[in-house]
Amino acid sequence: MPSTRCEDGPDAGTAGAAASDRIYLLGLADDALIASHRLSEWVARAPDLEEDIALANIALDLLGQARMLLGYAGELTDPVLTEDDLAYLRPADEFRNAVLVERPNGDFAVTIVRLLLLAAYQYELYAGLRTAADARLAAIAAKSVKEVAYHRDHARLWTLRLGSGTAESRRRMETALAAEWPWFCALLGDDRADRSCRHWVAEVLGTATLELPEDRVATPSGRDGVHTPDLDAILAEMREVTAAHPGATW
Amino acid sequence: MSVLWEVFVRPRRGLAHAHVGSLHAADAETALRNARDVYTRRSEGVSLWVVPASMITASSPDEQDSFFEPAGDKVYRHPTFYEVPDAVDQM
Amino acid sequence: MTTFEQVIEDLGRVEPRDAMPDDYRATLIRQIAQHAHSEIIGMQPEGAWITRAPSLRRKAILLAKVQDEAGHGLYLYAAAETLGVDRADLLDALHTGRQKYSSIFNYPSLTWADVGTIGWLVDGAAIVNQVPLCRCSYGPYARAMVRICKEESFHQRQGFESLHALSHGTPEQHAMAQDALDRWWWPALMMFGPPDSASPNSERSTAWGIKRFSNDTLRQRFVDMTVPQAAVLGLRIPDDDLAWNEERGSWDFGEVDFAELAEVVAGRGPCNAERIAHKVRADAEGAWVREAADAYAASGGAR
Repeated sequence: MPSTRCEDGPDAGTAGAAASDRIYLLGLADDALIASHRLSEWVARAPDLEEDIALANIALDLLGQARMLLGYAGELTDPVLTEDDLAYLRPADEFRNAVLVERPNGDFAVTIVRLLLLAAYQYELYAGLRTAADARLAAIAAKSVKEVAYHRDHARLWTLRLGSGTAESRRRMETALAAEWPWFCALLGDDRADRSCRHWVAEVLGTATLELPEDRVATPSGRDGVHTPDLDAILAEMREVTAAHPGATW
Repeated sequence: MSVLWEVFVRPRRGLAHAHVGSLHAADAETALRNARDVYTRRSEGVSLWVVPASMITASSPDEQDSFFEPAGDKVYRHPTFYEVPDAVDQM
Repeated sequence: MTTFEQVIEDLGRVEPRDAMPDDYRATLIRQIAQHAHSEIIGMQPEGAWITRAPSLRRKAILLAKVQDEAGHGLYLYAAAETLGVDRADLLDALHTGRQKYSSIFNYPSLTWADVGTIGWLVDGAAIVNQVPLCRCSYGPYARAMVRICKEESFHQRQGFESLHALSHGTPEQHAMAQDALDRWWWPALMMFGPPDSASPNSERSTAWGIKRFSNDTLRQRFVDMTVPQAAVLGLRIPDDDLAWNEERGSWDFGEVDFAELAEVVAGRGPCNAERIAHKVRADAEGAWVREAADAYAASGGAR
């Protein structure tokens, strides 16, 4: 197994451009992969049977996105790597996912808040990428944007219900929002997509009669490969079987 | 208390919605989304209806005889009741 | 002859609002609920491996499969509800041990090979049990089973494929597959229930068209179907008495330990307590969410 380190090779130019595209793809892919992992932890644990099925659907969508994006990123690697090489053998400090998605699940309110923020963010990204010059990426984005539109809708539905349902559900949503908001801020800049994302989230929270938290940026964002120990724990679990059988096929 | 909803799916354009099953949800919006997740995972449909089960008025099996038997002997409602001369090709 | 008796005699379908004997109703509620509970509890042994699946392809397959089980539980609860019970009451009966689920899910899933083995053997046995139920006399149950059998056709195949990769993989993978078969074989045979000689309700269920074949008939069908598949896998079925019987055109097999089945059914299997505790905890942790959804609906928040 060749190293999957993504430092650029000696020749700059096109190789450098490919590396930056690759890192960008890995960011998208890893967000989806790690978020899917966390959502799949809800299987057989959701508040009711219908929601168990709904969360599994979202986890499957995200896993599908991760596989497409990792497959593409792997093709841009020299030598070429597979989706599984990148998921199962890549060092944690080469993961580019947002810390937002690696944080532990907590209660259902935390999961809904995180899904709301992630889906809002992914929606704007994918919507923009539909017209990317890179046709392969544009096709992935066109498929994915429909999926995350549904995720966004699902998170919105629950945000409204939990925000104004009972005193307890409201309290839990406030706690979750306060905890996750800085990790969301860590992802956002000030371009049009980010502003549009913030605007949508603010509108949903307003409708849910939840207060918009004050902006505070948590570090690390995760985008530069620096993560919390939570990612190490996720990867250790994900790789429990493969690590015990190096080189095996499944 | 969550409500029981009956779910109807239109398998594809041109076909009517057909009953496929039921589910629980607290409100209509949730019921519709649950129906999507539960009953169309394998591309079974292009349109969904959800109806609170309590809103359906159903005929009773006790009335089956008076409801449905009287239609049984009205054979003249069916085209095969009529004889058409062979000379007529299609009718 | 009552309408009910006529429908049963004509191999017709009984529908929810029809008059039916109280015992018929009670038997169906018990059986459908137990079936639904089995689907739901059955999510746990495999669900525990989703986050650890050794490839992204296997992960997606397993996630979709376990999700199907939730769906199947849901269809079955819905079928039971047409008989005048509430899902909440059935779940309560599960949580408090008043209703059972399939004994098979009280065995632990110790390695990745268990996931493939469960798909191959447990889903294989379930299919043998379930296909005849598609013609069960109670309409909503039969219709749910048709949908379930259709969806489940991939479950056994994916298990077999996954196990095949192991049994034809490294020596360690092969050993893992054999170990899983060793542990799951006999519990899988127990899934068909006690022997016909000791199956108290079978006769009545057969007369009512709920049950179409006896426990031993279905068990034999499963063994005959599975033995050649094990050969393709290159795995050994852990039964020294297994032998082809030319005369019967079937496989003879060893004695199933029905005392063990009785122990597991009585709640003393390896994982009974753990499975129910998991389910009860999940239910309790979700209570505030369900309350919030109800409160929101009651306040007219939703259209």
